[in-house]
Order: sequence, then C-alpha cells, then structure tokens
Amino acid sequence: MSRTFSIGGIHPGDNKISANAAIENFPLMETAYISLSQHLGAPAEPVVAKGDKVKTGQLIAKANGFISANIHSSVSGTVTSIEPYPDLSGNLVPHIIIKVEGDEWLEGIDRSEDIVREISMDSKEIIGKIADAGVVGLGGAAFPTHIKLSPPPNKKAEFLMINGAECEPYLTSDYRVMLESTEQILIGTKIMMKALGVKKAYFGVEENKPAAIKKLKAVASKGYKEIKIVSLKKMYPQGGEKQLIDAILKRRVPSMGLPIDTGVVVHNVGTALAVYEAIQKNKPLIDGVVTVTGKCMTEQRNFRLRVGTSFDTIMYAIGGFPKDAVKLVNGGPMMGKAISKMEAASVKSTSALLLLTDKETRRGVEGNCIRCGKCVDVCPMGLEPYLLNRLSRANRLEDLEVNMVHDCIECGSCMYSCPANIPLLDTIRLTKTQVLRIIRSRPKK
Amino acid sequence: MKKLLVSPAPHIHGKESTRGLMRDVIIALAPSLLVSIYFFGFSAIKLAFVGAITCVLVEYAIQKYIIKAKPSVKDYSAALTGLLLALNLPPNSPWWIVFIGSLVAIGIAKMSFGGLGQNLFNPALVGRVFLLVSFPVIMTDWTTPASWFREGIDSSTGATALSIVKEGLSKGMSMDEIFAQNDFSYAQMLFSKIGGSVGEVSAFALLLGLVYLIVRKVIRPHIPLSILGSVAIFSGIFWLISPENYPDPVFTLLTGGILMGAIFMATDYVTSPMSSKGMVIYGVGIGIITVLIRFFGAYPEGISFAILIMNATVPLLNNYFKPERFGKEVKNG
Repeated sequence: MSRTFSIGGIHPGDNKISANAAIENFPLMETAYISLSQHLGAPAEPVVAKGDKVKTGQLIAKANGFISANIHSSVSGTVTSIEPYPDLSGNLVPHIIIKVEGDEWLEGIDRSEDIVREISMDSKEIIGKIADAGVVGLGGAAFPTHIKLSPPPNKKAEFLMINGAECEPYLTSDYRVMLESTEQILIGTKIMMKALGVKKAYFGVEENKPAAIKKLKAVASKGYKEIKIVSLKKMYPQGGEKQLIDAILKRRVPSMGLPIDTGVVVHNVGTALAVYEAIQKNKPLIDGVVTVTGKCMTEQRNFRLRVGTSFDTIMYAIGGFPKDAVKLVNGGPMMGKAISKMEAASVKSTSALLLLTDKETRRGVEGNCIRCGKCVDVCPMGLEPYLLNRLSRANRLEDLEVNMVHDCIECGSCMYSCPANIPLLDTIRLTKTQVLRIIRSRPKK
Repeated sequence: MKKLLVSPAPHIHGKESTRGLMRDVIIALAPSLLVSIYFFGFSAIKLAFVGAITCVLVEYAIQKYIIKAKPSVKDYSAALTGLLLALNLPPNSPWWIVFIGSLVAIGIAKMSFGGLGQNLFNPALVGRVFLLVSFPVIMTDWTTPASWFREGIDSSTGATALSIVKEGLSKGMSMDEIFAQNDFSYAQMLFSKIGGSVGEVSAFALLLGLVYLIVRKVIRPHIPLSILGSVAIFSGIFWLISPENYPDPVFTLLTGGILMGAIFMATDYVTSPMSSKGMVIYGVGIGIITVLIRFFGAYPEGISFAILIMNATVPLLNNYFKPERFGKEVKNG
C-alpha cells in the first residue's frame, strides 16, 4: 500500500519523457565558469589566482564561515580570471574562470567503476570528509551537507530519509541515478547513517518509477536491509522535506521547525551519490546528473555534466536552442528558476534544464477570484492562498503572520490550480520573506 | 542572442479555468433542463433562454457603460446565473418575470457588489426571492403548460406537493390521508413530477448533475451532503415523534427545491465557505433552517431563504473555520 502526505497536493502531468535516456558523459567544455556561491550561505573564498594551473578535483575555493562549502575545479587548465559573471538569475557574482586544457585529474581520486562497499571511516571522519569534498544538498536548496549531518547536540536524529520522490514533472536525473548507480546510493545512504548514528533509513520513491523501486528493493535485500524502500503515491509536492516525512512516518514538522524536530534528516538521491563518491572514491563534488528535456526538443537527454558548463555550450551540444522554446528553466516546471542569461553556467545543484514553449508557459489573463477554494484544497501546508494573496497585496504583515504565510513552501500548487490565473505565489513570496525576517529578528524567549 | 522569457515559478498551469468550471456546471444542469423541456416544452426553453440572454446582456451593459470595466461575459458566469434563475421559476411564468429577475440578479445582487467573485448573496436566489415577494401570485401558480411531448401532467393540480401537504395539515388532515388523497409515490417524485419549479421536475436528473460535478471535481461533496444529511436527520426527528403531522424524510428530500438548492445553489463558489469545516457548518445551517421554514413557517418551501441566510454567515465562517494547518504545532525558540 502506497502512502502520501495528508494535506493538499496536486497531480501535474508527469511528462517524464526523458526517463529512458541513459546517463551520458557531457563533452568537456572549452571554458569553465565556476561560481563561488553555489550553496546556501556565505560565498567560498578563492585559494587560486589568475595564471595558476589547476587539476580536475583540485580545491580552488574554500568554505568561508560556518554555513558555506568548498569548491573544487571541475576541469584541468589555467585560471584566466576571477571576476563577476552572470549567475542563473543574471546577477553578477564572482566566478573562477578556467581555460580548459586536457583533463588531468588530481592524484588519489578513484575514477574506476569498482564499487567500494567497506566503510572504513568513523562518523567524525565522514562528516569532515564530506565538508572537504564540498558536498551540498542536490535536491534544490544546496544546503551544505556536512551541516545537515551534524544536528545540534540537543536534537537527536532517529532516522535518515532519502528523497527519491522526484515529484516535479519532467525531471528524471534522480530516476536514472537510482537505476544506474543503485548500489552506490545505498552505500551513500549507509555512510550518512553512520555519520548520523542512526539504525534505520527510509528511501521514498514515487510509484510512477516502478523500475527504480524494483531495482532498489532487489539490491537493498542483499546487504542493505536497514534501508527500507518505501513506495509513495504519486503526488506533488511529495519531494518537499515536510511532505516526505509526513508521507512516510506520519510525523509533522512544526511551524518554523526543521525535519530534525521530528527526529529525521532528509537527503536527496543525488546527494547520496555525491557522498558515496566523496567518501569511497575520494572524489569531490565537481559534476552531477542533469536532465535536458522539453517537448519542443527532438531528443531527451540525461548528462553527467561538469560544474561550470555554460548553458550556451549545452544548447550548442544538443543541436542549438529549439526554435519554439522561449524559456529555459533550471530545475522542474513547478519550482525551477527561469534562467535569464544563456552565458550563465551550471552549478552543483543543477539537476535539470527544461525548455518550454510560449504555449506551455505563458500565463493566462488574470481574472477575478471566484472563491472556488481550489487553492485552499491543494495547499500542502493547509494555508489559504487566496487570503494570503489579498493580504499580501495590501501588505498587511500582521494578518499575514496570523495566517501563517511563513509556512508557505513555495511549491506553486495554488497558482497551478487557480482557474482565474491569479499569480498567488508571486505576491505571497514577497510578503513571506518580510514576515520571516520580522519573526527571526524578534528576541528569542 | 536568444531573448529568454523570465518569470517566477511555477512555469506551468493546470487546465482549469473559470470558464471551464462554469461550463461544467451548465453541463451538470443539462439533464434537468432536458427533463423540463420534455415536460414543459417551449415554456422551459423560453425561460432558460430569456434568463441566460438577459443576464449576459445586463452584465455586459453594466461593465461597458456604467463601471467601464473590461466585459467578462465570456466566462459563462452570467449565463449560468440566468439559467439557474429560470430553473427556479414556476414553469408557466411569463417571459418578463425571468427578465425582471435577471435584472435584479445581475444588476443588484452581482454587479453592484463589484461583479464576479465579490457578491455576498447568490444572485440567482436574490432574483428568485425578489420575484417571490413582488409577484406572489405568479410565483406560486404551478399550472403546467402544455408540452409538445406530453399532454399536460397527470396530476396538474396547480399545487406543489409541499403546498398540498402544508394545506392538508392546516386543515387537520393526517399525512396518511394526504398521501392517499393525492396519490403520491416516491417513484413519481424521483423521476417525474408533482408540480414545482422548472428545474425540479426530476430528482434523478438533479442527482445525475451532482455526480457529474463531483466526478469532475468542480465541487466537493461537503456542502450537498451536509445539507441533505441534516435535512434528513432533522426532519426525521419530527417525523419519528409525530408521523401524523410531519412528512417522512424521504418525502422531504425528494420534494420542493432541496435537491436543486443543495446541488446547484448552495454550492455557488462565491457565496459558500472555503474550508471543509466551514462548508459542513454552512450546509448543516441550511438544512436546519430549511426544515424549520417548511414545518413552521408561512411558506411551504424554505431552501432559498435558508441559503441566503447562510450566505450572510460565509465571511464569518471563513474567518473562524480555517483549514487544518500542516504546522499546527509551533516550534518554540
């Protein structure tokens, strides 16, 4: 019997048209543009200078502050400059720009296909090594993984949860990883369990990926019995941490709380693979699996892509920007970010490039709210988007706090479902940020 | 260089639109409309047509010439109001009755509050109640017009089952005597008619509409079920205490406008609550008030009044009965 979360949710069309595209290595680019802000928190600090020769996997910028992450070169070559360069949103942020020369890897990185099963490090060593390797959450937020694996002393982790829901339409990179690197991600899971000191892990996969569930169950039954593969009903936004915990354990993360408040730490499939590679193969996070998809494209692809590959290069490699496409989304259609500059480059957490046509993505003309309550029905946090929208437009921050705007996870279900095409999330997002800032600025009791 | 379109997520939208939802409600009304055309012929067509056209034209004229807003008649909501109003009138009503009702429904009940989504009361019901108090004779003349398909109706006594019962009881007759004298049967109530408004001919056709609305997810079942359930339970209590003086719950549910009201009028999006809890309270309120008016009021039927009264409580219900929050528990410190 499949489970799902208890409140709201929608069924956007699956569109997993790239599901059968096996992962291929993307050809090396000519120039790598490596952002210093690829994670949540402070930008990393460069440890190389213009003119330096770097090898693939070499540390080029180190974590700066508590919430930050190391960055390694994804290529070998010469640093041509460290300068502001457009990021995904088009803002200029410092990038290390490297002219690619060959592909010479740093010594000590195991590039073989052999699966290393023995976990020799202890908890502390694992967390240290993950921090060294610059691993961040690959589910979207890019939160440094080593911090998530070190809960504060007053909080005890009971379970690890691996998020293989991939509930966003179109995306198939996690699916391909689950199929092609099944044992590696289970080892990655075990490593994180050891780091957290937990005895049991749940691995949630939506049932629209039966092949992945079957394979995971088969491999888990041989040596990974402490990892329970859980089949989940297809429902967006099941990949949200709060929804996943509710679906699997029927525990609810409190308002303003974190998963650890329910004794759970959630990590993504891609992160499990990155952890495996960091610990067992000594390979820092310098590449990732990226789905390149869109109905306007003749071919659907899944690439293993080096961090810092520009979107221009990717489009060129797949035969040019499709004529009908008007929007390039970094991520899925529900929560992904529209890319504004083609010269911007991929980051660690890039999991998909989605191309949408005008017809697929154009917003309808906004009409009057007919109070149909669809937004209330679908909100997975039990909020009233129609009301939050109205209050947001009037900037009534106190009322917004009373109505819990700060609980919004920005999944977009309300806006997706609104028959009057009201841009609910546009307005809610703005006041949510303000209300959160006010709440956090209050002295703690 | 290709210019990229940039806008915040979500980048896709579901298929639902206001127009599509309104169209679905009109489709759900189709079985009832067809049955009434079968029984009342041209009269039913005339009323439906005049109602829909008048509502659309009034809305268009007000938007274009008075409030100077972009006309929104394409969303079908005005046409739906006209149709609902027509289906709530006696079948023999003259065309100008539905015309006046439509003027009131759209002009006063809808547009003067600001148009679609802004009105507090269900426009079609405001139109109907306006007509009921202004033209009481016409509005309670239940003579059946000739149909193309059938010669009149078997029991065209010119009264509804409810008014027959009300009158009978006031004369001191018992329910059994009234039933025997008038030859009522449940099958007749379910499939054909014993006098009543245009759209109330067949309970079965109305229920078909309900199933369609729920299957298409246009409405959730909370409101109709809580109205029907509370009417059954509340009227059942009276019937159990004194079956001589009160009709049984099945009769109560199948006669008059309860089904029409519960399925199509009380579920109007704009004038009904948003949360499940609010919907149930609203529905139960309608059910209880309807039974009270039927059993103790001056009118034989009370659902229109009951819905309008509960419409007034909707802002309050929305304010006090919030949906279940995911983060009920708030993290301290």
